[in-house]
Amino acid sequence: MESYFVRKLIFDEKSRSLLIQTLVIGLFALFIYLIAQQTAYNLEKRGISSGFDFLNISAGYDISIRLIPFTSEDTHLRAYFVGLLNTLMIAVCGCFLATIMGFLVGVIRLSSNWLFRNIAYVYVEFTRNVPVLLQIILYYSILLHLPKIKQAIEIFDGFFLTNRGFFTPSPIFKDGFSIVLWSFIVAILASIFIKRILKKKQEQTGKQYPIFYINSALIIFTPILFYYIMGRPLEFDTPVLKGFNFKGGMVIRPEFLGMLFGLSIYTAAFISETVRSGIIAVSKGQREASQALGLKNNLVMRLIVIPQALRVIIPPLTSQYLNLTKNSSLGIAIGYADLVHGFGGISLNQTGRAIEIMLMVMLTYLTISLTISLFMNIYNKSVQFKGNA
Amino acid sequence: MTKIKSLFISLLLTLGVSTAIAGSHGSTHDLVKERGKLMCGSNTGLAGFGAPNDAGVWEGIDVDVCRAVAAAVFGDASKVEYVPTTSKVRFTVLQSGEIDMLSRNTTWTLSRDVDLGLEFVGVNYYDGQGFMVSKDLGVSSAMELDGASVCIQVGTTTEMNLADFFKANGMSYESVPVETNSEADAAYTAGRCDVYTTDASGLYASRAGYPDPSAHVVLPEIVSKEPLGPAVRHGDSEWADIVRWSLNAMIIGEELGITSGNVDEMKSSNNPEVLRLLGVDAGYGAMLGLSDDWAYNILSQVGNYSESFEKHIGPNTPINIQRGLNALYKDGGILYAPPFR
Repeated sequence: MESYFVRKLIFDEKSRSLLIQTLVIGLFALFIYLIAQQTAYNLEKRGISSGFDFLNISAGYDISIRLIPFTSEDTHLRAYFVGLLNTLMIAVCGCFLATIMGFLVGVIRLSSNWLFRNIAYVYVEFTRNVPVLLQIILYYSILLHLPKIKQAIEIFDGFFLTNRGFFTPSPIFKDGFSIVLWSFIVAILASIFIKRILKKKQEQTGKQYPIFYINSALIIFTPILFYYIMGRPLEFDTPVLKGFNFKGGMVIRPEFLGMLFGLSIYTAAFISETVRSGIIAVSKGQREASQALGLKNNLVMRLIVIPQALRVIIPPLTSQYLNLTKNSSLGIAIGYADLVHGFGGISLNQTGRAIEIMLMVMLTYLTISLTISLFMNIYNKSVQFKGNA
Repeated sequence: MTKIKSLFISLLLTLGVSTAIAGSHGSTHDLVKERGKLMCGSNTGLAGFGAPNDAGVWEGIDVDVCRAVAAAVFGDASKVEYVPTTSKVRFTVLQSGEIDMLSRNTTWTLSRDVDLGLEFVGVNYYDGQGFMVSKDLGVSSAMELDGASVCIQVGTTTEMNLADFFKANGMSYESVPVETNSEADAAYTAGRCDVYTTDASGLYASRAGYPDPSAHVVLPEIVSKEPLGPAVRHGDSEWADIVRWSLNAMIIGEELGITSGNVDEMKSSNNPEVLRLLGVDAGYGAMLGLSDDWAYNILSQVGNYSESFEKHIGPNTPINIQRGLNALYKDGGILYAPPFR
């Protein structure tokens, strides 16, 4: 009986491959375990403390670029969240801007206008082939050479451009503003409903309705109406130059802008190529057929070409989003207080817990990337061919 | 099956070997002698303290400590390889064994001494955190800095002192974190920040490199104690002793009036401490595992503390720092080395 099992393990292909795979996984686990053991041993031998208890110690440093309140008395754990939010902020803003720019440039590169086409071509070839770190530093240095704080340029009333950032008025919401907000949400929901009904009617009667204009008017004018009904429950706090800096208002720091420009301009070049390839991938016959049916050019684009191009565009677009998110760790070069700079840099240095902190930072990036992939995959499925084509 | 077996064996061997390497901890002194040169962690470039000169040769009072140790160990102060480290990586580089010692304007604090597995062996410059502002701001005290933007090097004790100072005085500020000294200079001169704060010595060193040094003023407030000194890894006392006494030899050299110029004449001095220091009375080198002329080599090749100070950062250099706290205890400072006996 025993020998049967042994023989089966060796000669049966399925069992044998199972055995080998188990062995490999086991060895790998052992390898990781031994490395962890050795590291812990070495740390202890050199008298270096380890563990995650440092997360509850007060950080002792300040972070200027932050989305949640943070003072030097807050813990390292809170510093982690401040950094995480800053990383997410630059990633979201960067992806958004890069997508818009990328789609524009991608379409322009296919335009019949010689000048526009070639400007887009030069832009793509230049940004794609220069390391993104250099571009970030370049934009940051340009921003640093904006006027100094005392010579701030006032672009509009209350908007100041300086080398310490872009100062703008900040909104102060008063009682009743939530009703304006709700009216906005209700307007959006109503517009979706209207669109469905009118589409149905169009399918039944063949009559076309100006859905886009109706809904835009609905979404724009409803909140404005309620804004006046509620007695204008919104005020602005304008920044004023007082002492060393502007007081009041909001500020977008040059570190953030440098990162935003660097990352989005760089990534947009890649996205534009993806978009271009997606559009070219839709066969010419499709376009000609739809034109033959009498569709206008913008309808050909919207109804025929773009939906098919998206199938080609989405997968590489996902990897561009991932690249942008990971590249945001370059913020360290210009002092943008992202996860790597604040928690992964300053906290690491103050506490000396290199392994623990780096593990946390790496796992965080992994989680962010996998989440982006997940949502992009869901979206990708929704634009793929339906049915058994 | 044999393939798997051999794979398994080779894997085990690799593991065993790597474990053996990681686990071996020879004494640093032996390691340095075997290698034939000292690996010394230095600043990435701080004029007067540790920076390469026009010819690419490293100079400064921190660099002189490295040279003193090399002179003590090899009898040749030039047998040093400098490893430039940023304030952020310096401790990791030392812990991992990439360098033998760190001499890089590093503040001695309890947590660094105890928690990071380091051993600070002495102080070669008593410093304190200061603030530098442009003269045309018309600021004369750090207490007037409410609301200012402050450039600061990350990963330093200054960062925490800054937070404490502004908090204690009920003032607000915007911190502009930068990675290196030169980035701080760039941000400060571009006007990204009103104030540059770091150890006062660093401010003087930076100011010396600005187009118009006289347009900037270092404010009178010194908000912290920053004893800067060389550090080694914890747990190798023999090596720590060598570095500690190499530094002490320079200080005692000044105390006894021994300079690189008169060191040979001093060998015939009738002061017994001079004779012990210069190895005329034998036996003190052996205690450290060094030759008897180790301190002689330091003083003849590197010079005493005063010579090093005057040459790199003293009033006759562009850095222009007074001795102040760093004068010998008998001259009104707090520089003090234990007796050489």
